[in-house]
Amino acid sequence: MSIAVQSIVKAFDGHPVLRDVSFDVPGGELVALLGPSGCGKTTLLRIIAGLEHADAGHVLHSGEPVGGKSARDRNVGLVFQHYALFRHMTVEQNVSFALTVRRRPREKVRARVSELLRLVQLEGLERRFPSQLSGGQRQRVALARALATEPSVLLLDEPFGALDARVRKELRTWLRRLHDEIHVTTLFVTHDQEEAFEVADRVVLMDGGRVEQVGTPREVFDEPASPFVMRFLGSVNIFQGRLENGQALFGGIEVPHPAASDRVSPARLYVRPHELVVHHDPVAGSFPAVVLRVTPIGSAVRVELDAPTVENPLSAEVDAERAARLDLEPGDHVWVEPRRLRVFDGDAVDSLTASGL
Amino acid sequence: MAYLGLVVLIPLSTLALKASSLSWDQFWALTTGPRALASYRLSFGTSLAAAGVNVVFGAVLAWVLVRYPFPGRSVADAIVDIPFALPTAVSGIALTALYASNGWFGGPLERLGVKAAFSPLGVGIALTFIGLPFVVRTVQPVIEELDREMEEAAAVLGAGRLQTFLRVVFPEMLPALITGFALSFARGLGEYGSVVFISGNMPGKTEIAPLLIMTRLEQYDYPGATALAVVLLLASLTILLAINRLQSFVRARGGMA
Repeated sequence: MSIAVQSIVKAFDGHPVLRDVSFDVPGGELVALLGPSGCGKTTLLRIIAGLEHADAGHVLHSGEPVGGKSARDRNVGLVFQHYALFRHMTVEQNVSFALTVRRRPREKVRARVSELLRLVQLEGLERRFPSQLSGGQRQRVALARALATEPSVLLLDEPFGALDARVRKELRTWLRRLHDEIHVTTLFVTHDQEEAFEVADRVVLMDGGRVEQVGTPREVFDEPASPFVMRFLGSVNIFQGRLENGQALFGGIEVPHPAASDRVSPARLYVRPHELVVHHDPVAGSFPAVVLRVTPIGSAVRVELDAPTVENPLSAEVDAERAARLDLEPGDHVWVEPRRLRVFDGDAVDSLTASGL
Repeated sequence: MAYLGLVVLIPLSTLALKASSLSWDQFWALTTGPRALASYRLSFGTSLAAAGVNVVFGAVLAWVLVRYPFPGRSVADAIVDIPFALPTAVSGIALTALYASNGWFGGPLERLGVKAAFSPLGVGIALTFIGLPFVVRTVQPVIEELDREMEEAAAVLGAGRLQTFLRVVFPEMLPALITGFALSFARGLGEYGSVVFISGNMPGKTEIAPLLIMTRLEQYDYPGATALAVVLLLASLTILLAINRLQSFVRARGGMA
């Protein structure tokens, strides 16, 4: 079943939290709602679940508006950030809660519970209380509880937020596999870009109560629609420069840039670290820099540089093979060539500097 | 522990010591006379009833105080403590005035054929008044700490308000309710000041056990008084222990131990 969110507006005590939010989640997809904390993503999730009411706008399930339905009647599965398991109930009682309040026959309930516990790999823990489980196990109990009535939509609020890094990684992969198995339309909230990219089919990026961009992880990473998306998804070097006659000018170099057709204006230029190429000798369109620090990061090497013609220190990412050939040491004089520059419309150079993020 | 011993246990042990000066037969005779038995019945019966009433209405009151912001809430919250603060004799006199046959409540009740003051009901009313803050003050923080997300989770899972209350909220409150009940009950057993005025103190009818002890003391019958006190002590100790056990059982079942 698909979900659509249309022009949702919500304010708390006159303070706007969601300003005209719209997007679709096609049936069977796994979509991440990604954004920094306080961007309104949890509120949006609660509105979809029916726990909050939007001041304006609609939520549609399979094209049907559900505004008039209470949380109770929407048949959504919701997993809270801190799980909200019933502490005085066993795993079995927690998982069967939605079924027993609907007075399903006992035999069916039992069968469904064991099926669910198999699905979340918690067989044998039926009689445990939540306090006797690890964080990851609690998370899976919450998930099984939410899935008990075969909801048409599964909503997850920061599902991995409260777990330690290793368990988080395991559960991500597991959630992705689970989704491939049961194909329930799923929307999950996260502030972790890596998590969103690893798990989701598509990503909805939010900031300040607005949707910034919707797309596959590839799309939003490669073609960010706004400076926010550019800066939020991974690190980025920001240069103050100018656009002039089809050229982007900064750091003493000129780079052809389509966005610069015939405008003349100051501009902020965004370059990802892996789009900066480091050379020993000058090449066309490169500027000089001095190596400050060389740090291996997994399969690549991060090189921090100081360039006299650019105001801020910059950082480049060089793949391990090339790094070995270059054999960089702090103090080396090198040349830096930007492969790809991005400029955003309406991103005027003003008092807001790059240090804002 | 030493402090507990000094403040609580030493006075209690002198009580036992004093009582041990009696022979077993004497002790038995003193503690099982018809007047004594009637006073136990009255004391335990009314204390239990009052604690029961307090648990229900105290919980409701605590719920309203926590969950419903209404004008004057902080005043209402402060009023709950009045039975703690008021000298018990004062509350006794006030309650008697209210419930006597010429009082505001006593008159209408009497026309309905209910005699409030100078009856076991009057004792119950006084003990309810005295015990209420114990329930409210033990339950209130628990309600404040309740995880609202649990209630929301129940709603999303399809539970109605009543189901959510009975299956999710009430079990969370139960340990505190039991504690409140125990405190209210214990307070009722020991209460003296507020009851003597409203009860009428008719031996065998509306005479509570602490009053009987007082009467014995006034007659310089110290062994008689201590013997009764020991019985009262043992009984309340047994009941409180039982409540404690019940409580730890409830907690263990909730996986909260």
